[in-house]
Amino acid sequence: MANLIEDLKLDEFKEEVLKAYPKKVARKRAKSIVVNDPDAIPVIQANVRTIPGIITQRGCTYAGCKGVVLGPTRDIVNLTHGPIGCGFYSWLTRRNQTRPATADAPNYMTYCFSTDMQDSNIVFGGEEKLKQAIREAHELFHPKGIAIFSTCPVGLIGDDVHRVARHMKEEFPDCNIFGFSCEGYRGVSQSAGHHIANNGLYKNLIGRNDNYKRKYKYAVNVLGEYNIGGDAFVIEELFDKIGVDLIATMSGNSTLEQFESAHTADFSLVMCHRSINYVAEMLETSFGIPWAKANFIGAEATAKTLRKVGEYFGDQELIDRIEKVIEEEMVPVKAAAEKARKKTEGKTAMLFVGGSRAHHYQELFSELGMETLTAGYEFGHRDDYEGRRVIPTIQVDADSRNIEEITVHPDPTRFKPRKTEEELKQLKEAFDIEFNEYKGLMHDMKKGTLAIDDLSHYEMEKLIEMYKPDIFCAGVKEKYVVQKMGIPLKQLHNYDSGGPYAGFAGAANFYRDIEMISCSTIFKQMKAPWEREEYVEAEYVFN
Amino acid sequence: MNTTETNTIKKPKMGSPVGVGGYVSTRNSCKLCAPLGASLVFKGIEGCVPLLHGSQGCATYIRRYMISHFKEPVDIASSNFSEESTIYGGSRNFITGIDNIIKQYKPTVIGIASTCLSETIGEDIPGHIRHYQEANEGNGKTLPTFIHASTPSYAGSHAEGFHNTVLATIKTLAEYEKAGSHVTILPGMVSPADLRYLKELLSDFGIKFTLFPDYSETLDNEYTAEYQLIPTGGTPIHEIQRIGNSKAVIEFGSMFNKTALRSKDKGTIQTAGEWLESTHYIKNHQMPLPIGIAATDRFIAALKDITGLELPEYHRKERGRLVDSYVDGHKYIFGKKALLYGEIDLVEALAEWCREIGIEPYYIKSTDFETLRAEANNIKPDFLLGNSKGYYIARERGIPLVRVGFPIHDRVGANRMHHIGYRGTQELFDRVVNTLLEYKQEHSPIGFKYM
Ligand code: SF4
Ligand code: SF4
Repeated sequence: MANLIEDLKLDEFKEEVLKAYPKKVARKRAKSIVVNDPDAIPVIQANVRTIPGIITQRGCTYAGCKGVVLGPTRDIVNLTHGPIGCGFYSWLTRRNQTRPATADAPNYMTYCFSTDMQDSNIVFGGEEKLKQAIREAHELFHPKGIAIFSTCPVGLIGDDVHRVARHMKEEFPDCNIFGFSCEGYRGVSQSAGHHIANNGLYKNLIGRNDNYKRKYKYAVNVLGEYNIGGDAFVIEELFDKIGVDLIATMSGNSTLEQFESAHTADFSLVMCHRSINYVAEMLETSFGIPWAKANFIGAEATAKTLRKVGEYFGDQELIDRIEKVIEEEMVPVKAAAEKARKKTEGKTAMLFVGGSRAHHYQELFSELGMETLTAGYEFGHRDDYEGRRVIPTIQVDADSRNIEEITVHPDPTRFKPRKTEEELKQLKEAFDIEFNEYKGLMHDMKKGTLAIDDLSHYEMEKLIEMYKPDIFCAGVKEKYVVQKMGIPLKQLHNYDSGGPYAGFAGAANFYRDIEMISCSTIFKQMKAPWEREEYVEAEYVFN
Repeated sequence: MNTTETNTIKKPKMGSPVGVGGYVSTRNSCKLCAPLGASLVFKGIEGCVPLLHGSQGCATYIRRYMISHFKEPVDIASSNFSEESTIYGGSRNFITGIDNIIKQYKPTVIGIASTCLSETIGEDIPGHIRHYQEANEGNGKTLPTFIHASTPSYAGSHAEGFHNTVLATIKTLAEYEKAGSHVTILPGMVSPADLRYLKELLSDFGIKFTLFPDYSETLDNEYTAEYQLIPTGGTPIHEIQRIGNSKAVIEFGSMFNKTALRSKDKGTIQTAGEWLESTHYIKNHQMPLPIGIAATDRFIAALKDITGLELPEYHRKERGRLVDSYVDGHKYIFGKKALLYGEIDLVEALAEWCREIGIEPYYIKSTDFETLRAEANNIKPDFLLGNSKGYYIARERGIPLVRVGFPIHDRVGANRMHHIGYRGTQELFDRVVNTLLEYKQEHSPIGFKYM
């Protein structure tokens, strides 16, 4: 298999693709396209602004804050302050699912509230309209929380959403009202919005409820899991099976109360490092909760993550329960993998999506015997590629400086390290659990593969043209371009309405879906028989 | 009239408690934003790449919405403002953006629409274009044609954006020479199938015509062995130019770009057809979208009037079949109530058609889905007629939704949905009748399979 990567000469891609760009652009893009070597991970340029006129997969800061991080929480009313489009486009489109406890428990996720700014608001300011909109939301639902999200014009016309939030909180003391300065232009991608959202979660929600009632002895948080296609449900069920409380999932299938109680957990598991590592760090600094990278995408990865939980708590009963669950769950998964592998073995994949998915899904492909040729993130940073060890060396540019860095101190009364330094060291030595660490995507990719940050449309077309992968993973914006080129595309933002893909059951789902795609013959029929070169030949083939 | 027009309901005063009936906030909006409409028009110009001048998020969102509807690649570039550009202006971003589009796509046209951000800071896009042309012309380079449309969403929805861009494009390009014999059709925001139908009809008629915009191919393309960076199709530049010399214009719509709340502009806003009439002295035939027999007859009559040609036999028979099917089908739909929503041009045309076939149409001008949802409690409609976004109301009420318009994100084939002319009406009629029949069948205690 290693030969496959060598034979493909992926390193030729860079030279070829840069030809079409103006010189300055080529120089800039060159730094974001690197040939990987897991033993000597090269530097990759990431989290820098997309060049104007280059068509990118990336969205905006507002999208990262409102759509990604706060979107999946069902009992906070999300109110977009701005012209109508931004709110409309972020209206429950990511297929985040949620399960209210009862039929009449609050669920505002299907609501798209907007101040729908008009001319006069741009000229005279929109704060009064915003206040009125908050009154309306309050009157309609009496929600526990209202979050205000700023779009691009808001900052420019000088509306202060935080002042409005404070003001309205006085009017409605029973409601937690808070604002986000997440104007779209603030950062280079969604990532800035994640950071802003993390800060807001910490300032306005986390730590407000000390009375979480546990069902089991141990409790964890799962951070950076957004319940696409029902993934969070699968994870919740797994924790219930092994008998561990899952206090807060951030933020798939979540409620305001989950955020408020997250600080009572014993351990944080971080799925999407990019979007939530700030909260993970803050929970550690303020309350003493260690975090470790986890992955529920892939059956083996799921088993490994669960074992990590057992080892962390060091409780033999728990460890036994976990082993039993793994053993049981693995039976159908193995069967599904075996069946799928007949079709998928030796095929190739490319993954360009998100800030962690391009890494996590490589697990599933390798379980299918498929080789990942190249991968990259839409909004990852260097640490998501090269590992957290590079964080001190990352240059802070004007765009990053825009985003507030909040300083967090140990909570005077509630800071309680869940493990001593010594214990953490032992856990690392005995079980190789790395705390507060993420090794990044390149660590797990083979030598000679390509890592490409913020893949442009043009580069995507070139990749496909040159290497014809068997499957390309990205989002709906790329879907029809790729399929027009005769390559099937699997959507990893919303799973083409499929899923769940997390955990054991999810892995089996994924195997089946990929097997189906691999068997599809439609891509062979794109040319009519008389247009195909082999047509004439085929006519004479006997039987 | 069966139309409920609650748009006259008084909005509560700022700072007062929520009043009955009116909201200041928009709850589940029924409209999208202006640059989306602009992008749609730009996609209907041959060789055109759209550029949104502002931050990248708008382009990404708009692309996602158009792609999910048309299920086709939709490339829209952005000049990608940073915080710095909001302070010092976006001219540098503009230049880089244009440079890169030219290098990658070699387009014949670049269509530039503003966003709320660039409008708020008052970017001078015509100025940027002029500077770019001055700096780059002369050294042997042929530059693409630039078209600019001003599309702040705080002053209008996607429908305004669409019509304003049609107007801006024609204003930029239309020649003013001796009148020709061709007819210009400005179809408004219709589907690719509708556009293909118009072309077929006019060709069968033997009429020389210009259809603008024409995204029938660019947004509903065949699979081609070679990937097309800019999909083929679209109204060619030279055809848009000669719109200025056409014999007559037919434009479909009823509100066009005049639904915006900007009262100061009311009365001064012109549609593209009105502009051509007042400045190029071309007779403008303005009429609602031809949905239904009466509306299509009106359109055909105008064509006959302008050209003196006769409706071809084939199309005459389509009309006959439609009449025949009304006779057969009307008893299943007569007296039913439909709740309509979407672009006002489409909704008003659909409402006229509903009345034609005996369905009671209900709609509210410029509203949001939550108001509609509340109204539905009083109206008790039998079905919904509109885009995917109203599905939740249909689901809640347990009634069917017949999908028309934009966006349709929960079905395939939105680009092949045909709404206009005798044939389009036929398709729509059959869909509505069959949907209601299916509903009846599914809710019947008897599993009948014969009616
Ligand atoms: S800022 Fe304006 S143009 Fe951009 S998405 Fe929002 S409404 Fe549309
Ligand atoms: S206006 Fe700003 S916040 Fe709204 S979609 Fe565009 S970039 Fe995002």
